[in-house]
This record gives sequence, C-alpha cells and structure tokens, in this order.
Amino acid sequence: MELKQSLGLIAPEILLSIASLVLLLVSAWAGDKASRAISVVACFVLGACFFIVAPTVCAGVAGPDVVAFNGLFTADAFSGFAKLLIFAATGAALVMAPKFFERTNSMMPEFPVLILLAALGMCLMVSATDLMTLYIGLELNSLASYVLAAFLRNDERSAEAGIKYFVLGALASGILLFGMSLTYGFTGSTDFGTVRAALTGDMSTGAMFAVVFVLAGLAFKISAVPFHMWTPDVYEGSPTPVTAFFATAPKVAAVSLLMRVSLDAFGMQADAWRQIVLFVALASIVVGALGAIGQSNIKRLMAFSSINNVGFILIGLVTGTVQGASAMLVYLAIYIAMTAGSFLAIIMMKDEAGAPVEKISDIAGLSRTKPALALCLAMMMFSLAGIPPLFGFWGKFVVFQAAVEANLVALAAIGIAASVIGAFYYLKIVKVMYFDEPADVVKGQSDWAHWALLIISTAFISPLGYLLTTWLGGIADKAAATLFLVAA
Amino acid sequence: MSTILLIVFLPLVASIIAGFGNRSIGNVPAKIITTGALFISCGLSWPIFLSYLAGTAEPGVVPVLQWVHSGAFSFDWALRVDTLTAIMLVVITSVSALVHLYSWGYMDEDPDQPRFFAYLCLFTFAMLMLVTADNLVQMFFGWEGVGLASYLLIGFWFKKPSANAAAIKAFVVNRVGDLGFMLGIFGTFLVFGTVSIPEILAAAPGMAGAKLNFLGMQFDTMTILCLLLFIGAMGKSAQLGLHTWLPDAMEGPTPVSALIHAATMVTAGVFMVCRLSPMFQAAPDAMTFVTFIGGVTCLFAATIGTTQWDIKRVIAYSTCSQLGYMFFAAGVGAYGVAMFHLFTHAFFKALLFLGAGSVIHSMHHEQDMRYYGGLRKKIPVTFWAMMAGTLAITGVGIYWLHAGFAGYHSKDAILEAAFASGTDMGRSAFWLGAFAALLTSFYSWRLMFLTFWGKPRWAQSEHIQHAVHHGHHDSDHANPAAQEDAGHDVHHHAPSPHEDDGTAGYHPHESGLVMLIPLILLSMGAIFSGYVFSPFFVESESFWKGSIAFNEHLIHEMHGVPFWVKISASIAMLAGLAVAWLAYIKDTSIPGKFVAQFSQVHAFLYNKWYFDELYNFLFVRPAFWLGNVFWKRGDVGLIDRFGPNGAAWIVERGAVVAKKIQSGYLYSYALVMLLGLIAAISWVMVR
Repeated sequence: MELKQSLGLIAPEILLSIASLVLLLVSAWAGDKASRAISVVACFVLGACFFIVAPTVCAGVAGPDVVAFNGLFTADAFSGFAKLLIFAATGAALVMAPKFFERTNSMMPEFPVLILLAALGMCLMVSATDLMTLYIGLELNSLASYVLAAFLRNDERSAEAGIKYFVLGALASGILLFGMSLTYGFTGSTDFGTVRAALTGDMSTGAMFAVVFVLAGLAFKISAVPFHMWTPDVYEGSPTPVTAFFATAPKVAAVSLLMRVSLDAFGMQADAWRQIVLFVALASIVVGALGAIGQSNIKRLMAFSSINNVGFILIGLVTGTVQGASAMLVYLAIYIAMTAGSFLAIIMMKDEAGAPVEKISDIAGLSRTKPALALCLAMMMFSLAGIPPLFGFWGKFVVFQAAVEANLVALAAIGIAASVIGAFYYLKIVKVMYFDEPADVVKGQSDWAHWALLIISTAFISPLGYLLTTWLGGIADKAAATLFLVAA
Repeated sequence: MSTILLIVFLPLVASIIAGFGNRSIGNVPAKIITTGALFISCGLSWPIFLSYLAGTAEPGVVPVLQWVHSGAFSFDWALRVDTLTAIMLVVITSVSALVHLYSWGYMDEDPDQPRFFAYLCLFTFAMLMLVTADNLVQMFFGWEGVGLASYLLIGFWFKKPSANAAAIKAFVVNRVGDLGFMLGIFGTFLVFGTVSIPEILAAAPGMAGAKLNFLGMQFDTMTILCLLLFIGAMGKSAQLGLHTWLPDAMEGPTPVSALIHAATMVTAGVFMVCRLSPMFQAAPDAMTFVTFIGGVTCLFAATIGTTQWDIKRVIAYSTCSQLGYMFFAAGVGAYGVAMFHLFTHAFFKALLFLGAGSVIHSMHHEQDMRYYGGLRKKIPVTFWAMMAGTLAITGVGIYWLHAGFAGYHSKDAILEAAFASGTDMGRSAFWLGAFAALLTSFYSWRLMFLTFWGKPRWAQSEHIQHAVHHGHHDSDHANPAAQEDAGHDVHHHAPSPHEDDGTAGYHPHESGLVMLIPLILLSMGAIFSGYVFSPFFVESESFWKGSIAFNEHLIHEMHGVPFWVKISASIAMLAGLAVAWLAYIKDTSIPGKFVAQFSQVHAFLYNKWYFDELYNFLFVRPAFWLGNVFWKRGDVGLIDRFGPNGAAWIVERGAVVAKKIQSGYLYSYALVMLLGLIAAISWVMVR
C-alpha cells in the first residue's frame, strides 16, 4: 500500500488535525474575541469531513482497499458510519456552546479547538485496526475531554468534574494498557487480524485476563456498569454543552471501538466475553433506570439515562450477529439525536438572569410558560422512554428484534421489562412540565441556532423519523456487514 | 337486490352521525337523520316483502366484504334475503321507524336525545345484521350487537341506580344464553366444518341420528347442537329460566320497551330457531324440549302477569308469555305459524307498549295501575289504540267468518298446530296454551279495566301529587320523581279544593300528534295483519320458498282438528274477559277477597315464582363471594402485592440504594471499578 493512498484514506483526519492546529494558532493571536468565528470555522471543517466520509458509507466500502498504513487504520463503511454520527454530534456541541459560555464571558477559542481534537481522537478510535492506533485515538480524545470537563475553571463543580474524570480515566487507561500488553504478550501482535488468528481454541489464562482487561478499559469510556460511577458527577459538573458532547459523540466512538475489538480482535472468543457483556448490559439498564429515579438535577438524570441506554445498545453486542451490530448502529443514531435534543432543551432553559436551570422542580408547569420548548422536551422524553410512535421506539425495537432472532428471548424480555422502569423517570419529567403548578423560573429567550437544531432533532425523533427506517437500516446493515468481513 | 345494502347500512350511518355528532349537531338534526334513515329503510323494505307475497322475488345473497379466510374457517360479510328475512325486515324497520317517530314526543326535553336516537339506530342496524346473516358468525355479530344496544338503552338513564342494575342484569343473563349459542356455533363448525347457514341446513338432514363422543359418552349430535343453540334463543327471548331480565328491562324508556323488548330483539330467538329449522327437524328430542319450554313459559309468564300492578310489567310478562307461544309452535314443527305470531305480535305488542307509554306520559310517569282509572274519556285516542291492541292480543275473532284481530289468527293457528302435531308434548302444549289464553285475556282486560274504566284513583299517586303541587313552579326536570323521561310536556292545573273525585285536581291530557300517529298506524297492523297475511304465513309453502322447514302434513292435520279445539281459544278469551269484568267492573271487592283467601298463591305469583330470590341465592351471592375472594385474596393479596406493588417497592428501594452508592468519593468509585474487574475475571476463570 502506497503512502499516498494511505494519506488519501485518512483525508478527514488530516483535515481535522490541520484545522485544529491552524485554529489554535489563530486563537493564540486573535484571543477570546475570535472564539465565535473559530467555532463557526470548526463547524465548517466538521461539515467538510462529513461530506468526505458520507460517500464511503453509502457505497459500503470495505476490505483491504481501505486499509491504510499496513493495517493500522481502516476507512471502511463501519468507521464511516460512526464518523458521520461523531461529526454530527460534535457539530451540535459546537452550536450549543457559544451562547452558553458568553453569559459568563468564559467562551474561549480553545473550546472549539479542543472539540476538534477530541473529534480527531474519536475518528482514530473508530478506524483503529491495531491496538496502538486504538490507544492513541482513545488518549487523544480523553485528554481533550478532561480539559473540556474542567472548562469553567472558576466553577467548583466543573473543576471537580475534570479531576474526577481524569483520575478515573487514568485508572481505566491503566487497565486498558495492561490488557493490551497482555494481549501482545500472548499473541505476539497488536494487529486485530493477527490477534484474532492467534486467539482460537482454548485460551490460556493470561489471554483471558487480556480480554477482560481490554474490555473493562473500554467499558469505562461507554460508562457501562460497573465502570459508570464517574458519569453522574462528571455530567452534572461539566458545562452543559460539554455534557451534551460527552453523552453523544464519545459514546458513538467508544461503542464502535468496542464492537470492532470484541467482534474482530476477540471475535473467536465470543463465548468468553458474551456473558460478561450480557451482565454488563442488564446491570447498566437496571442501574441506569434505578439511579435516575431519585435524581432532582436534570443533567444528572440524563447521565443515568445514558447509562441506561448503553445497556440497551450492548444487547446488540451480546447477539454477536450482523443484525445485532446493525441494530446497535441504528440505536446509536437515534440515541444521539434524542440526547443532543434533550440537552439543547436543557440549555435553552434559563432563568431571568440567563443562568442555566437544571433543577427538575424548576421546570414545573413549563408547558404553560414555554409550550414549544416543553413540547420538544416532552417528545424527547417519550422517545427516550421508547414509546411509539416516536422514533426512540424503533431503536429499542430493532435491538430487541435482533436479540429475539439470536434466540436471546429471555434477554429481550428482561430488557423490555426493565425499560418500563426507565419510562417512569422520563414520564416524570413530562408530568412535572405538564401537570404541576408552574414554578415560573424559566424565562430567557433562546438563540435561533438552538431552536433550529432542536426542531431538526425533534423532527428526527418524531414519527417522521420512520420515513428514514429503510434508508437508515440499509446503510447500517452495510456498515455492520463490513465489520464481519474479517470473520469470513 | 342492492337496496338491502341501503336498508341495513343507513341506520348504521345515521347512528354514527348522531352518536358522534351528539350535542355538536344538536337534537333536531340528530332526530331528523335517524328517523329519516329508518323511514327510508322501512320504505325500501316493504316492496321486498310485497314481492315475496306476490311470489315474484327470488332469494339471494348480497356480498359485502371479505371477513375471515383461515383454512376451512372461511366466511364473508354478506346479506341474505329470503322470505324469512323479508318478514323480519318489515317488522324491524316498520316498528323501529314508528318508535323513532314516537320518541320525538316521548323523549322531548330529555337532555340526551342524540344519544338515545343513536342507540336506537345502532340497535336497528344490529338487528338487521342478525336477520340478514348468511353465516352463524355474522348472526352472532348481530346477536351481540342487539345485546349491546339493549344494554345501553335499558341503562339509558344511567343516573338511576335501578336502571343500571337492570342493564347489567340483562347483559349478564344474556351472557348465559350467549355462551350456549357460542358453544352451539363451535359445535356446528366442528360437526359440519362450516359456519355457512345454507351449507349447514343442506347437510343437516343427513346428520340425523349421528352420534357424538364426548367424555366417553355417546350423545345424539343434532340434539346436542340444537339444545346449545336453543339455550342462546332462550336467553335472548326470555324463556323460562333465563327470563328474569325482561321485566327489569322495563327500566328503559318506554319506546325502547316497545321496539326491543317486545317487537324485535326478544323475537330473535324465535327467528333463529326458524332460520335453523332444518337442523331442529333433525333433532326430535330437542324439538320436544323447545315445545316444553315454550309451553311452560307461556303459562308461567301469564300467571305472573295477572298479579302485577306496574302497567309495563304486565305487558312485559305478556311478551314473555307470547314468546312461549311462538316457541311451542316452532317446537311442534309449525315454523310458519311461529313466524306468523311473531309478525302479528310485533304490531300489537309494540302498540300496547306505546299505548302504555302514552298513558304513562299523560299520568306524569305514574306506572302503577292502582292509581289509574277512568281514563277512557281523558285520553280517547290512546284508549282506542290500546283497545285495538287488547282485542288483538286476546285473540278476538269470529270463527264462522274466519275473521278477527291479528292475534286471533296467529294464536288459534298455534293452538291448532300444537293439537294437530299428535305428540304428547304437543297435546300438553295445547292445554298449557289454551289455559294461558284465558289468563292472557284476563290480565289484558284487567289492565284495560283498571286503566280506563272505573273512577279516577290517582289522587294517592306520589307522581301526580308531585305534579300538582309543583305545578306552578315546575320544570325542575332533574327531579328524581320525574326521572322516567325527565319531565316532558306536563299539563298542570292549579289544585282546586273542591275536587275530591280522586283526581286531586290533575287532569290527564292526550299525547301529541307524533305519538298518536304511530299508535294509529300500529292499530291498523293489530287489526288487519292477521286476516290479511294468514293465508301466506300459515298455508302457503310457495310463500316460504324453502327458507324454513315447511311441514305440509302438519298444516293438513291442522284443518282436521275437532271443532272444540278450533274455538277453544275464543272460549278461553271469553272466559278471561268475563272473570276480568266480574272482578274489576262488576264487583271490585272480588280481587281483595281472592287475595285474602289464597294469599300464598297470590304471593307466589306476585313475587314472580320467587325466581329472583332463587337466583340470588343460587348464583348471585356465590358469584359475589367468589368475586370477593379473587379480588381481595387473589388480586390485591397476591397479584398486586407481588406484582405491580411489589415491583414498585423493589424499584423504590433500588433507587435509594443506587443513590447511596453514588457517594461522590473518588476512592469508592475506583473501588467499584476494580471490584467489577475482579468479578469479571473470576467469572471467566471459573466458567
């Protein structure tokens, strides 16, 4: 493989790195007043990357032709699908941010740069076909994320979030690295294909450790139980646009990475990890649902909601089938729309002074003071609860369908039963907004860009979304199929 | 043939418009739409019936929609029209149209008129579906539809607890019958492999004598099927044992009683037996049972009718008794005669009910005949209409002229057929029927004499006192005493202190024209329908065109019965009239003396043979006890406790625990992570 070809395959990544470096220089010279302009440019860069990747996804490219740098990197349709979601979610975070930070004059040009760097890391994560690339991508994303969490330096909670995220992230990185070194030690390679070939038949104890440690390290990133403990604190403490970012793009990247590692590198040992993933999935669903019930802060509630949703996504991984993988991708697409939309609505809830409103009791009776906003948030909540005819139902449906077709009827049944618990706290928000006496706290006006994005995401999760099912399912099927080419 | 589509579906459309439009379209449009639809249906039905009379029509089936196609279980929505259906069409649409018109006056000022008319229309649609059914499932659809409409209409004044109780009773008792009908349909499908009525009827004669193995015992197939189907008919047609709902159903508005609980729905059982007559012909034992039930019901209901004071209840028991006549006619194989009585009965019984409604209307909702009297002059049109109805039901006619009122022709034919059948059960039914004819005459004339003759007695009536005392500042429609159609046009007069003639100063007035026109038209039916149609229904096999099993031999035998049999009904009628005249005109102390002398007999009859008490003891109380056990122990104690409430409790506790674990301390978070990791490794190792 020629170097030139390899460079061509990583065009979006190159564009992202150059853009972030240039924008960093610009910010150094232009200072805080350029933040908005840099955000806009960053958005355009993401848009450009989106259109570079989109054709490869539609074409469903796969195989050796799209492998770059001697097997370190692949630009197949699977990674492409994930990248599209990442770019979209990252762009949403960029749109959300300026208005949020400007109130306290804390909008700094580093924010879009850090976001771009995080996006670059995620692109590497989803394209990694080697443990080295995987780790570089993961750390690039993580380091940017730690800073983003603590972005409001003067805010105690934000700083606390940054520290907690960093310390526990370092612990997870250590676990992951330990697992990677064991993998290398027992298979003699860091390349996914070689690892896969080496891990056939009965595994040695060391190899088992390797698998468990790698998966545990990745589970931290997707905040699956029991590696979820950081999530509520970090989500609550981080600035809301950052929380929205954490809840969407890195979830896509880490889930995709987990899929590739477990289905490709450890694909021959599916029996070893399947039951662990199964347990993690159910535990995430239950803990996410139970944890959310007692919350009075809506961001914290959304943190548990993301834990809960990750559980549902992992059900697709338990199946280990193409259909399951495809269902996970569909679920992810719908999930980021619902989550980004919910956080948009949360950002748009401001009190008289423009300060963010986060307490659930403060949004009581929102339907009477801000009917449109309340309607959007209510639709998001209904959709997250998986209630038809909203699109969120479809995500859960395809996952459970995949589980049933993989003869995991009991798992599907438990999942459906547990989603009822989840519905309770989502519907509680709707109840508070529509049936409680107005608290009359939410006042401020919202940005047109926020409205536009909120309306788009609401339209996507509304029953209109079902118009997309064939198309979305089609490209998800193609993308998922590329993941299984290795096995063939 | 497609006019049948209009006939059947116009009422449905009207019902939907009036029901869903309800108050938004207003009273008058709702009434116009529903009544108009019924008059159109009626206008389209008569030509069909007349063409069958003329012998020019051919039976046919109009397909409507595909319904179920699942292996051998295959049937469609289709409307069947033959002689039997044509008869039912005119009965249903005519009575329904007239009842709709009558209700304009009777229900005037009721706050819920569109709902009432929508229910009436819905009922008519369901009844038409029932009689046009080409398969048993569609018949069952109509069967349940009329049951539903009946339930809704009995409970129309849902604020009245007694109306609700009556509606529930009607529904529940009908469920018992419906279960029989359903089992009958299942069994028929099992045996014949189809639910299509023509196919079943064609195959039925070949099934006679076939045996069915059930629980290791041999049963006669056709007997079992017919008995099950007949249980359905007993429920709908209020035959002995399943009759208890009919008198209570009088809680509904009087037009409902006339349409549903006299002329049409309650005759559905008779119609079903006639429609399936070839099946019953193949099951002699079942026929004997039908005859027995019919004969006993006929007498039993008549005995109760002699003691009741409520004018509507007397007519209700009379209906029950007349249905008994129809059943034993069918039971001896004279299906045409049964249908003939159904036909004539529809006119004169609807007439009696609407007449009673008119009396109740003018007596300010007083229904107790003890508080009537001397109304002949006050409400003459109603009086003459009721007179025509009474002459018809008691069967007044002149043997030598072969002419009489409607009931004369049909009831005499039934008695002759029962006698001519030659079987022991047929003979018994004849005697039961003849004695019931005497009782019929007695209670009918008793009703007439108490209501229209004698001196006014309504000074004691609470309803009348209420009307008089509140006369000047009336129009409080919500008053519970005025619940039976919340206070429509009542004519009040200021009480005069000099009037101590039993009227308490209240002067009943004749009902309005919309109520009188139906009475007059139905009177025509009561007077002439027997004489005009007798040759067709009873004698003419060509009229029926194979839509019922026609027993030529039996009709021939009927002509040969002894003379005393032929005039037995007239003798019974005259005897009943004489007793009624003696007791209620000549010497009004006789009833009191009789009751004093035979107090136990009277109490037995007055309390309706203690059926309600018996059923309460046998079924209702055990059912409530069982329901309580399931509710308190099973549902609340077991399912709720370990189901929803238990799950909620666990979730609640779990939420508290989940919140506690989330302590906010880094080290505990790290500990959880590491514990999770260790657990995963241990799992993989020991696996």
